[in-house]
Amino acid sequence: MSLMQIVTSLFTDYTLRTVALGAGILGIVSGALGAFAVLRRQALLGDAISHTALPGIALAFLITGSRAAFGLMVGAAIAGWLGTLAVMAIINKSRIKQDSALGMVLAVLFGFGLVLMSFIQRLPEAGKAGLDKFLFGQASTMMTEDVVTMAVAGALALIVMALFWKEFKLLSFDQDFGASMGFPMRVIDILLITLLVVAIVIGLQSVGVVLMSAMVVAPAAAARQWTDRLGVMVVLAAIFGALSGVCGAVISSLSDRIPTGPAIVLCISTIVLLSMLFAPNRGLLYNRLRAARRRRDLSVEALLIDMLELARQHKDSGHPHSADTLRTMSYRPEGIDHSLQELRHHGWADLTADGLWFLTGKGQTRAMELLQNLGNKA
Amino acid sequence: MTGSQIEIQIIAVAVAVACALPGVFLILRRIAMLSDAISHAVLFGIVIAFFVVEDLASPFLIIAATATGLLTVALVQILDRTKLVKEDSAIGLVFPALFSIAVILVSRYAGNVHLDTDSVLLGELAFAPFDRFEIAGTDIGPRALWLIGGILILNITVIVLFFKELKLVSFDPALASALGISPVVVHYLLMTQVSITAVGAFDAVGSILVVALMIAPPATAYLLTDDLRRMIVLSGLFGVMSALSGYWIAHWMDVSIAGCIASMSGFWFAVAFTLAPRRGLLAAAIRRRKQKKEFSVYMLLIHLFSHEGLPEAELECRMDHLTDHLAWSPNMAEKAVEEAVDRGLVVRDNQHLRLTKKGVDQARAAMVDWAPGGYVAS
Repeated sequence: MSLMQIVTSLFTDYTLRTVALGAGILGIVSGALGAFAVLRRQALLGDAISHTALPGIALAFLITGSRAAFGLMVGAAIAGWLGTLAVMAIINKSRIKQDSALGMVLAVLFGFGLVLMSFIQRLPEAGKAGLDKFLFGQASTMMTEDVVTMAVAGALALIVMALFWKEFKLLSFDQDFGASMGFPMRVIDILLITLLVVAIVIGLQSVGVVLMSAMVVAPAAAARQWTDRLGVMVVLAAIFGALSGVCGAVISSLSDRIPTGPAIVLCISTIVLLSMLFAPNRGLLYNRLRAARRRRDLSVEALLIDMLELARQHKDSGHPHSADTLRTMSYRPEGIDHSLQELRHHGWADLTADGLWFLTGKGQTRAMELLQNLGNKA
Repeated sequence: MTGSQIEIQIIAVAVAVACALPGVFLILRRIAMLSDAISHAVLFGIVIAFFVVEDLASPFLIIAATATGLLTVALVQILDRTKLVKEDSAIGLVFPALFSIAVILVSRYAGNVHLDTDSVLLGELAFAPFDRFEIAGTDIGPRALWLIGGILILNITVIVLFFKELKLVSFDPALASALGISPVVVHYLLMTQVSITAVGAFDAVGSILVVALMIAPPATAYLLTDDLRRMIVLSGLFGVMSALSGYWIAHWMDVSIAGCIASMSGFWFAVAFTLAPRRGLLAAAIRRRKQKKEFSVYMLLIHLFSHEGLPEAELECRMDHLTDHLAWSPNMAEKAVEEAVDRGLVVRDNQHLRLTKKGVDQARAAMVDWAPGGYVAS
């Protein structure tokens, strides 16, 4: 299938459109709310919530006997929420630290979920199959009404986020200050976690419980590289989330042997990697390039000053010297030839007929400026 | 009990103890979530190695998977060092990416060998006895038992040999480096243990049980003791209890063994969390009640002491006044007075209250204890 065909079928093919819409919605919501989780160093809480959703899904199925997304999502949300409360209770009421509490609640409740799933698999009723899709996600099983449910729940979560924007910002950056201003920070905390639960539950059908945590962490981690502003970060995270959701859903739909969850996670992981390398100001490669350029600029300037100092030993401040002489003075001798070419390029220095380097008038003025700046700074 | 039932239980117990041992140090060092990351990421190593050697029984698989575990830890550390993401986000980025690649490879290319996504998470302990280990045609037991038994012995050996180093690095890494014990080396020693244990257990019980058994039994033990040796022994014990109780429940209810063992490890934690002698919820509640009673008796004594013999005594030293002055409920006032009378500190004359000689002494002593600078109102 060509790229054009894929794009066309995104709009014409019913299944693909449904799947891509669903994955896009989940990306927007989990990306936006994940931004807060990442800033609050609660990245792994998402992992715990998504794993603890499994017993909730299984119990909801056992109680309602239906696989309709709404019931399962409610079950998942309640379980995820209770799991979070369990983590908080363990941390507050015992000496167990956050990492152990998270890991334990996650693994134990997921294990319990597997017990329930293996129990369900033995039930005689039809329609029992399909719950295991929640492990790794199979977006292709999504129906239009599922997408509508997701969209409504997601929109509600985003609206609440917008309404409590100031409070959530306070919670993320300066909880104590918020408390001293009289905000009920505990209530705000629980509200934000509830929204995170909603965001995670929305994604379970496409991404699955095992990998949903990545959709909380990764879009936000990628967005963080591009900005220092919360608003921009949330919007960017939502965009990255949606982009990877749609891409992953499309890739997964190209073959029935690629589960949707891992495909989406690989898309967002790629975005994270690119962001960490290339984002301005923070990107690793960007910074390396910038440092290299700075180093070059600095050695050019140092050379300019060296040449002026050297020429001043003679009566004539345009007195020429050989490149070798300049090299012995330089703090970075290996870069001298490049720096000289750079000077010449700017019209600050030139070669005499016998291959010696001298400062032009322009170069002398520039060197004097630089010396003056240095003097001012000192 | 049939032979294979006994074998399954022995394997489960060996897995539980093998996991609990390194788990103790994970939770003490607050890096329990690394077990979650490692146990997921080792699948990546197993899959890649499988494509190379095309033999699930090859020891090369174990080496490659262990290396992937260490790679995960190193990647998390590298990401953390870049300062672009926090450590918790780094964990949440690395393992989903590796796990996703592995899941896609498994479901795309290895669907027909028995390496499928379900067994990855669940493992199937019930089938472990069918995979026999034979030397020169003689059956010497299930392969899983030899593998996990070997790892168990390895873990015991490492902890016995490096007990001092592990202990020091867990509790005081700065002192450890001052004494010439490199925390980095010890860290990677522990991570190697965790990885190899995760790999060995993975085959039999799946990744989630590994996480549950590495965290829950040591966390349970941590609620019961302050002594590292005792904590290690207790962790092993709780591991065994989880394995056996989980196995039998799974057997009776015909559900996932691994899931049940994970659930039971959480159950034993919940028991300790509520009933632990000093740190349990119940003990804390009883202690608070006792303190409350003790405190109210002293309040009563001091109240009576400061008004006795003065003109207002007739009004102040009365039962009904306690509810006003000390804001006690009538019930609480009744209890406090009763207790004080029982101890022979107060004499009750209908509504009127009077301190005994002993009561005066205690009130005086209490005020010396509590008053800043030992000030006593005469």
